[in-house]
Amino acid sequence: MAVGEKWGDGPERREKRWRALDGFDARDRPSRSTLVALVLASVTLITLDHAGGILDPARDVVGEALGPAEQFTNGVVQPFASVPRYFRTKGSLEDEVGALEDENSQLRQQLATAGYDRNRLREYDKLSQSAAAQGHTIVAAHVIGHGAAQAFSQTVTIDAGTTDGVHADLTVVSDDGLVGRVVAATRKTATVLLLLDRDSVVGGRLGSSMELGFLQGRGQFGGDPTLDMKLVDAAVVANEGDSVLTFGSEDGAPYIAGVPIGTVRAVFSSPRETSRRVEITPFVDFTSLDLVGVVVPTGSTTDRALVDPRKDER
Amino acid sequence: MSLFRGVIAVLALLVAVVLQVSLFPHLTWRGVVPDLALLVVVAAALTRGPQYAAVLGFAAGLLLDLAPPADHYVGRWALALVIVGHVAGRMRMPGQGGQGAQPSASMVVAAVAACSFLGNSVFALGGLILQDPAVPVAEMLEVILVALVWDVLLTPFIVPPLMYLFRRLEPARSAYA
Repeated sequence: MAVGEKWGDGPERREKRWRALDGFDARDRPSRSTLVALVLASVTLITLDHAGGILDPARDVVGEALGPAEQFTNGVVQPFASVPRYFRTKGSLEDEVGALEDENSQLRQQLATAGYDRNRLREYDKLSQSAAAQGHTIVAAHVIGHGAAQAFSQTVTIDAGTTDGVHADLTVVSDDGLVGRVVAATRKTATVLLLLDRDSVVGGRLGSSMELGFLQGRGQFGGDPTLDMKLVDAAVVANEGDSVLTFGSEDGAPYIAGVPIGTVRAVFSSPRETSRRVEITPFVDFTSLDLVGVVVPTGSTTDRALVDPRKDER
Repeated sequence: MSLFRGVIAVLALLVAVVLQVSLFPHLTWRGVVPDLALLVVVAAALTRGPQYAAVLGFAAGLLLDLAPPADHYVGRWALALVIVGHVAGRMRMPGQGGQGAQPSASMVVAAVAACSFLGNSVFALGGLILQDPAVPVAEMLEVILVALVWDVLLTPFIVPPLMYLFRRLEPARSAYA
């Protein structure tokens, strides 16, 4: 028998054990057939379960029977399992509270600025799209200050200066249309004269008839900003809803051509002056001005975001 | 009397399985729980021999396969524990007085370690072959070794009482041995 051979440590001992273990061996012999039967049974079960679904009732039965016992044990054990948590030190808890508070405020801040960031991103997108459409190189800049009312001029400060290629007499646009022009620039900032200022005069062209005119601001900032347009040809009739674009200047300074300015809101005839006064509503919402673009000469170098349409073509 | 013995053995198995699935998940070491059912089968094998242990192993494995958190193919633990029962039964020291001999402590620990490795390996290999679930071999080996350490650690508290129990339940054999 295999048992005897496996455990044998010498012929004489084996001989002795053969006799001593006769009964043991006789009872052990069926073990082999039992083993084969049980292994086959296991393999059969695996095959049946692999085939799928057949053993689910058995699973259900055992689950129904053992489930309550497991639940009971779990219920008994649960309170003890949580005991180690009672013994955490006050220091570690304080550390944890501090860390969580930090994280909380950080998340709060993220939440608070999410809308702002999204809007800024959208503005960048639109600005770069319009720059690409018009074929100009644009330096992106943010409005960082508004001129006080005491100055009686409508100006804003932007955070781009001569180091970014910005200098006086450059067109400033936003994603909606014309904003104004740069009147002065320092190394890091520049002052922009808005369209709304009384001193701002922009050459415009009616989109439908290509007639020329000059737009002048009224010096009002809030409320309902309006530009007055005087047409060169007094005989021309502007239609309400007509859009007005810049007709541009020589070398694109201070205004480049083809930037949308606004729409015609109303037309007044003045028999005494034998001219027509056209009121224009600018496209740009000046009170919420944030991201603007300065149209810089081609070939400008800067370390900030430069939207250059020709770069895409290359 | 024979029925009573069977009931006691099944009861021990049930307790082992319930503890294994609901008590020890609170005390896991790297997610591994000790194989209490396997310890019961080994204890039975060391006192009652391979045949009894194989049958008990089949029952224990079936219970493990069907008890609620299990979602593997039914029969995988049964196969593993049948083999464990048989092998552990063969590990008794037949040369020194047959089934009546008390195995030494080191012998018991060695048997548990070998059986734990064997049982978990057979179970894991079954999963490997059946792709149920497909786990890399290195991960399997780590789990098997952690389980081995668990089983050996719990052996002194579980196996000797169970062996005493099974010896007490054993029908008197001295009459015809």
